[in-house]
Amino acid sequence: MTTIGVLALQGDVREHVQALTRVGVEAVGVRRLAELEAVDGLVIPGGESTTIDKLLRIFELHEPLKARLADGLPVLGTCAGMIMLATDIIGGIDGQQTLGAIPMTVRRNAFGRQVDSSEVKLTWRPDGTDMDATFIRAPWVESFSDDVEVLAVDEAHGDRTVAVRHGNAIATSFHPEIVAPGATPDDRVHALLVDIVEGR
Amino acid sequence: MSEATTAPQVGTDLVKRGMADMLKGGVIMDVVTPEQAKIAEDAGAVAVMALERVPADIRAQGGVSRMSDPDMIQGIIDTVSIPVMAKARIGHFVEAQVLESLGVDYIDESEVLTPADYTHHIDKWNYTVPFVCGATNLGEALRRISEGAAMIRSKGEAGTGDVSNATTHMRKIRAEIKALTAMPEDELYVAAKELQAPLPLVQEIAKTGKLPVVLFTAGGIATPADAAMMMQLGAEGVFVGSGIFKSGDPATRAKAIVKATTFYDDPAVIAEVSRGLGEAMVGINVDEIPEPHRLAERGW
Repeated sequence: MTTIGVLALQGDVREHVQALTRVGVEAVGVRRLAELEAVDGLVIPGGESTTIDKLLRIFELHEPLKARLADGLPVLGTCAGMIMLATDIIGGIDGQQTLGAIPMTVRRNAFGRQVDSSEVKLTWRPDGTDMDATFIRAPWVESFSDDVEVLAVDEAHGDRTVAVRHGNAIATSFHPEIVAPGATPDDRVHALLVDIVEGR
Repeated sequence: MSEATTAPQVGTDLVKRGMADMLKGGVIMDVVTPEQAKIAEDAGAVAVMALERVPADIRAQGGVSRMSDPDMIQGIIDTVSIPVMAKARIGHFVEAQVLESLGVDYIDESEVLTPADYTHHIDKWNYTVPFVCGATNLGEALRRISEGAAMIRSKGEAGTGDVSNATTHMRKIRAEIKALTAMPEDELYVAAKELQAPLPLVQEIAKTGKLPVVLFTAGGIATPADAAMMMQLGAEGVFVGSGIFKSGDPATRAKAIVKATTFYDDPAVIAEVSRGLGEAMVGINVDEIPEPHRLAERGW
């Protein structure tokens, strides 16, 4: 069975585990090197990017993870996870590091403060249909290289790039893992990650 | 390609509760100056709580304790990039309006400040900014959620460095949730009455076995082991008040508590990070505080 890890240093790990379970893969938390080595794909969850960055380095996961990503480990980063996957950050703190899996510059807290966090309807380009997206103190993609594919644009905030793919790496500004109580989950983003892992 | 366009919906339940989801597994630190906020951010805090005096000083100095000076809160907002929370007095809906206008990311309607209303809490549905509230038991937590709280923290006895009350309240909330999940449906009506909580929330918890919002813990946490114990008791993250900046070496202690919160179930890591931290805050035993001065008993 395909096993996808969720980086479990800090953030909304449980919601990603639930989403991955719904799309039919084995989901496990990853906090240690041996756990990282055992997964077929990885999710970097929402959370606080400065905290996740520090913990990655303190617990000596930064370099091994960077190396696995460079080798093509399929990965999905949401919100803080998008920041972690970027090559460059605008609005980071001094010394903040990223994993550089996607050649893009991401603006941290781009939409503003929490009172500016919002739900938006956008088009998921891979199938051309609507997707409800939840942005929480989210970043957006400021610029990216030519080989980055845009998966979604937020028109309501001035045509901001909010979901991208580069090779085996996907990043979203929003949180597909967060589901309103009683709502039907929309797991297309996680399903895309599974497709990449399983070579479809 | 045509893209769907609708106006962004701010201040929804999903956005408010989701913000707390992003803090999970993290440590939120009380700070009284921009310099302390920077130390907290550099130590790996997921957010800071801006306040004028930490609970230990509120306790020592006495008097009425209120919302902090907007200049001080603004100074902290301008200094750090992580979320900034601030405290309003229980029931003081205008302090909450002011904090929202300053752009704080979460408001703590807090028993650590002197209550402004001994009957009503703030109607938290009226705000775009989300609220966190304290609770000593499940009924209190559900009453706060029914008023619109998007996050709950168990109350400890703030400003003491004594973790015993936090432990009691986490255990209590956990036990009451567990009791609901084991209860036949036809007994939930009386359970709701006894908890003094709305029936639909009680029924939801009986089904899911967890609060519908994130549950952190607070009050008296002073060491990495304290933080890890609260996580093992079911907290999803930790507020540390006086415990960091009233200790001998705040930066080192802050980092250690962050690490212990992530590896809360690994005693080897907790042991490692607990070495050589210097003096912990001195602390007061909760038992030695006369009952009228216990903060956890404020709020109802």
